[in-house]
This record gives sequence, C-alpha cells and structure tokens, in this order.
Amino acid sequence: METTPLITVEDLRVHFPIYSKGLFRKVAGHVKAVDGVSFSLGRGETLGLVGESGSGKTTIGRAILRALDVTAGSITFQANGDPVDLLALHGSNLKHFRRNMQLIFQDPYASLNPRMTVRDIIAEPLECLNAGSRQEIDEQIRAVAATCKLNVEHLRRFPHAFSGGQRQRICIARALSTHPKFLVCDESVSALDVSIQAEVINLLMDLQQELGLTYLFIAHDLSVVAHISTQVAVLYVGRFTELAPTKELFFKPLHPYTKALMSAVPTIDLDREFNPLKLAGEIPNPAAPPPGCRFHTRCPYAKQICIDEEPEWKQWRPHHYAACHRVAEIN
Amino acid sequence: MAQDAATQINTEQTVSEKDLRYYTASQWQLVWWRFRRHKLAMLGAVVLLIMAILGAFAHFFAPYSVTARNGEYIMGAPQIPKFWDANGVSLRPFVHGITTKRDPVTLRKIATADPDTRRYVHFFVEGEPYKLLGLIPMNIHLFGLDEGKLHLFGTDELGRDLFSRTLFATATSLSIGVLGVLVAFVLALIIGGVAGYFGGPIDYVIQRLTEIVRVIPVIPLYMGLAAAFPKEWSNIQVYFAMTMIFGLIGWPTLARRTRSHLLGQRGEDYVLAAELSGASASRVITKHLLPSFTSYIIVDLVISFPYMILSETALSFIGLGLRPPSVSWGIMLQDAQNIRAIEQAPWFFIPAGFVVLAVLAFTILGDGLRDAADPYSVSSH
Repeated sequence: METTPLITVEDLRVHFPIYSKGLFRKVAGHVKAVDGVSFSLGRGETLGLVGESGSGKTTIGRAILRALDVTAGSITFQANGDPVDLLALHGSNLKHFRRNMQLIFQDPYASLNPRMTVRDIIAEPLECLNAGSRQEIDEQIRAVAATCKLNVEHLRRFPHAFSGGQRQRICIARALSTHPKFLVCDESVSALDVSIQAEVINLLMDLQQELGLTYLFIAHDLSVVAHISTQVAVLYVGRFTELAPTKELFFKPLHPYTKALMSAVPTIDLDREFNPLKLAGEIPNPAAPPPGCRFHTRCPYAKQICIDEEPEWKQWRPHHYAACHRVAEIN
Repeated sequence: MAQDAATQINTEQTVSEKDLRYYTASQWQLVWWRFRRHKLAMLGAVVLLIMAILGAFAHFFAPYSVTARNGEYIMGAPQIPKFWDANGVSLRPFVHGITTKRDPVTLRKIATADPDTRRYVHFFVEGEPYKLLGLIPMNIHLFGLDEGKLHLFGTDELGRDLFSRTLFATATSLSIGVLGVLVAFVLALIIGGVAGYFGGPIDYVIQRLTEIVRVIPVIPLYMGLAAAFPKEWSNIQVYFAMTMIFGLIGWPTLARRTRSHLLGQRGEDYVLAAELSGASASRVITKHLLPSFTSYIIVDLVISFPYMILSETALSFIGLGLRPPSVSWGIMLQDAQNIRAIEQAPWFFIPAGFVVLAVLAFTILGDGLRDAADPYSVSSH
C-alpha cells in the first residue's frame, strides 16, 4: 500500500431534503443517504462497496464524482502530487478536473445516447474539454477504442447496433478517453449476462494493470466484488459497518451484519452446508435511522448499549475496521 | 495488446451489407425506414405533398385567376373533358361548347351544352399573366381550351371558376395552418422548455398559466378576437392576425409535451454521463435533450395542423375570418351555405372534400409518424 492514498474521504455526509407538498415547499426532513463515511484508497487499488438497495452505495460514488451536492465532509484527491480538495472546486476548475475521474454506469442501454455515433459518444469528454483538433481527438479515440477491444469500424455505428457487453465496453471507452486516474463503477456489470460479466470484469482488471487505474467498485454481487477488489467496505443505512482487505472480510468478518451477508453467499460446494443467517425485519428508513447502532433492530447480538450509543469506527486488526460494540465478545 | 485485439475482432465476423447499413443508420434514417413501411401514412404524405404543390403553384395549375368571371356560364355545372361523343372519338380531350339563352320568364341566363361543337383542351396554354411564387413573371397555364373557358368544378354565382378558386383556397388555408403551427411551435418550445428544464416554482407558475389558456372556450374567443379586428384592416393584416391567434391558442398541448419530455429525459443516465464529461448546460440541451424529442414534436406539429385548418375554415365560414376577394376553404364553403347552392349547384361543396381530404391526410400522416418517431422504443431489426 502506498504512503499517500489517491483518494481520501473523511466523514462524508449526503443528506437529501424532503419537501412538504404545496406551493410553499418547506423542508420536512432529510433522507440521510450517506451519513459519515471515511476511507482512503491507494493508487491501483480497488475498493468494493457492498450493501443492500438503498444503503447509499450509488450516492457515495456520485458524491465523489461531484454529481450531487455533498452536505458535509471532505474529499481529497491526489492529482499529480498535489492534494486537491474536491469539494472546493467549482465552475471551470471542476469541469477540467473531471478528466481525472469518471463513472461507468449500471445500464449500458440508458447511459449511451442512442442518437450519437459511438465515435461521438467516446469523443464527448474530449470535446467538452477542447482537448485538441478533430484529428487529434480522432487519434485518441482510436487508441482508446482499441484498448477497450472495439473495432475502428464500430466507431461509425450507433449504439443500437451493439449488445449489452459491447455497449458496456463503449461506456468504458468513453470513461477512459480523458485518461482518468479514478473510475467509479456503479453496478457496472449487474445488468449483463454472467458470461459477459466475466468479460467486462477481466477487461476492467486488465485496464487497471495496464493504466494503473483506481476503482470504486459498487456492486451487490459478492462474488464479483471478491474477484476484483483489494479491499471491501460494507454499507448499512448510510454508514460503513466494516472495511477490510478482501480476504479478511470474506473469511474473518467481524461485524454481525457482514457475517450474515457472507453466510448468504450461495455456493456450489455440496460438502459445505448452506445455512444463511436469517435477519429479521427490513432495512430501516434512512430518513429516520434508528438510534445508536443502526443495525441493532436486526442484530441477533444487540444489547442495551447498541440502542443507546453509536459504536465507534475502530481498527481491530491491521487495515480492518468495524463499527460494533460487541466485536470482542462475538469473535 | 491493442493491435492484437483489433486484428482479432477484424477476423471475428464479416458483417453483411444490410446489417452494416442498419448499424450506421442515424435516427432520421431509422425513422424514415420505419415510416416507409406504413403504407397509409405514405399515402397521406403524398396527398399532402400534392396539395402543397397545387397550392404553391396555383397560378400555374389554375387556368384562371380568383376573380376572373365567365359571364356566359354562371352557376354552371362541372365540365368533364371527354374523349368521345355521338360524333366520334378524339385523341385530344374536349368539352362541348356552351350556348346561352335567357329564360323568358325569370330572365335568368341559362347555359346549355351544345353537343355539336367541340372545344379542345390544350396543355401549357398562354393565359392571364401572373408571377410564379410572386417572383417569375409567366403567362403559361397548365391547361385551357382553344376557345371559351373550361370549368372542371363548375362556376359560382358570379361565373368564377371553382377549380381555380379551390386551388388558391388550398394555398391560403394550408399556409395559415403552417404559420399558425409555427407560432404555436416556437411558443411551446420556449414555454415548455423553460418549465421543463428549470422545474420547481417556475414550472408550477407556467403550468397554472397553461391551464388558464386551455380552459378558454375556443369558438367564443375566436369570435371575440375576430370581431375586434378593425374593419379597415386589409386582408393581409387579417390573415396574419388570424395566424397569430391560432398560434397563441395552440401552444399549450405542445408546451406540456415538451415540458414532460424534458423532465423525463433530464434524469436519464446519458445526460448525467454528459454532465460528468464536463458538458455545459447548453451543450446538454442542444446535443442531448433536444434531439431526444424532436421526433415527438414533429408528430405533434403534424397532428395539430388539422386543428389550425379547421379553425380557419370555421372562422371564415361564420364570416369572421378572411373576407372576399381573398379565398380560402372557409370562404368557399360560406358561399355554399344557401338553399340555392344545395338545390341547384351541389358542386359548390367540392372544397369541403378538400378540407376532409387534408384533415384525414394529416391525421393519418401523424399516426404513421408517431409509430415511426421513436426508433429506439423497440429494438426491432
């Protein structure tokens, strides 16, 4: 692990206001989609982000990309040796900084404008940055298309000519056209067939090796996350419950929620018993999260302290963080 | 590695010519291919095209001008060119000559066809001088008789040729439709675009305004506004005032549609992708949002044409729109609304057939366009 991480996120909070109905819309409350998340990510690493629907995975990704307004916290990006405070960037500074980070979407059908040729789609980030003449841009596009295993012939075509996997490669090519250092992959393979998933994941991993990319890989498929990530964070109602190197998290989880998640991974190994821990209840409403530990409503180990006090985010083993009052007793 | 990948994919498959054509087809090509399969809509388009050409070049296609009178043939029945009669066959179409007598009782002129005389139809004949499209001075008309006058649709009470008048009326009525729709289109795009793009309170206020405009009953409003036109206004002024009224009343539906499309498309992934690529608001609107709903707007425009045409016809029919000597479908039908026309001159109603034909054609065309407009709705190949 490098000494200076590429991205450092501290106490990130994203709250969405809830408006009351009527002409004069008052703020009636907040959905705390992300509520105090910290992590750092070194160059060339991949952070897998897992969690249930509505736990705030996508919000974290988009907040880092400055696609939505951050309520509080700080995001520091190590660009060319100088730390850049992402949240302080505005206007054209932000626009030009966008070349350093890009998003790969979940749905390769919705994220490509059907009315533009593949060439124009990939060229968009370059054209927005005025990154040279048409010829120079064309050369760059050809290079990046080849990296993403797209034929030069394909550039003239429209998205409707392509299958899901090919479209996702176009999305990756668009994301790579400005030579970013950091990519957010937001469920980037969950809309694809399993065989195509493997193809896209392998492409992403090859690109990471080749170009030294750093990924924030958001997914709910744990096997995919295990394959690609160097470390994994588990998110529950806007907060991390556990963050650890992949192997540690999968084989020696500390938090009861992570344990429940891991036990629910289906297996084809007939010798191993498949006996998932069943959690009672539903994921709480992020507009009114439960007090204390947010997991206490469903946690089989919950005690009075879990309701009264918020658990501390603590390092229990090297690089292995968890937020739980009872880590020592459970394990 | 990049080179390997490229060559590998090159050998992977050879794409057939047809597939390649599909792969490289733009939105408009796809719309066109889909539209072409819609035979009825194609027919509607052809009918409208013919009407537009007839109207635009009415001076050439019409044998006579709007006001030219034939005193010998008043309220005369349509004359249909023939190729043969009792006297034999002719390769050149002809009509029988007219002899006029006065009725001894009513003193009215009565025209009767004389089966022994033939007036031959000639093409590209010289006639009244005019300016084609208001620019090129000409005096050639598509057809005419060697002697006397030919009235395909008959004549009116003043002996004016109804065929010629119908063609000129087509030009007026269609152009009012086009101008009215254009005014409505511009207003709708601005109002709907602002509401949809900014949303929030601005949208709220605009929507309430739209509702106010929508609940005004149209016919009384037309009557009120048209009655307010000063009597001394020339027909040109009335003409433009009418198109403005139609436009000012016609925008709400389209504005609503524009707004809802903008609201819907604004949250699409590809818009976010463009924003994350550093695209400015104007780039997002012009390169991503606008192209995504132009096809819908065209459909909407086509469908709103008939309303414009019918509005003009209705207004002129009740005598509040254009006034003679201008001629439009509404004015021609106004002439037809008397007992004498119904009883003795049913050919006065021929322009009504044009109205029906135009409205039907527009509706069918709009229908076909709507089916073809979104080529990405179904990934049909």
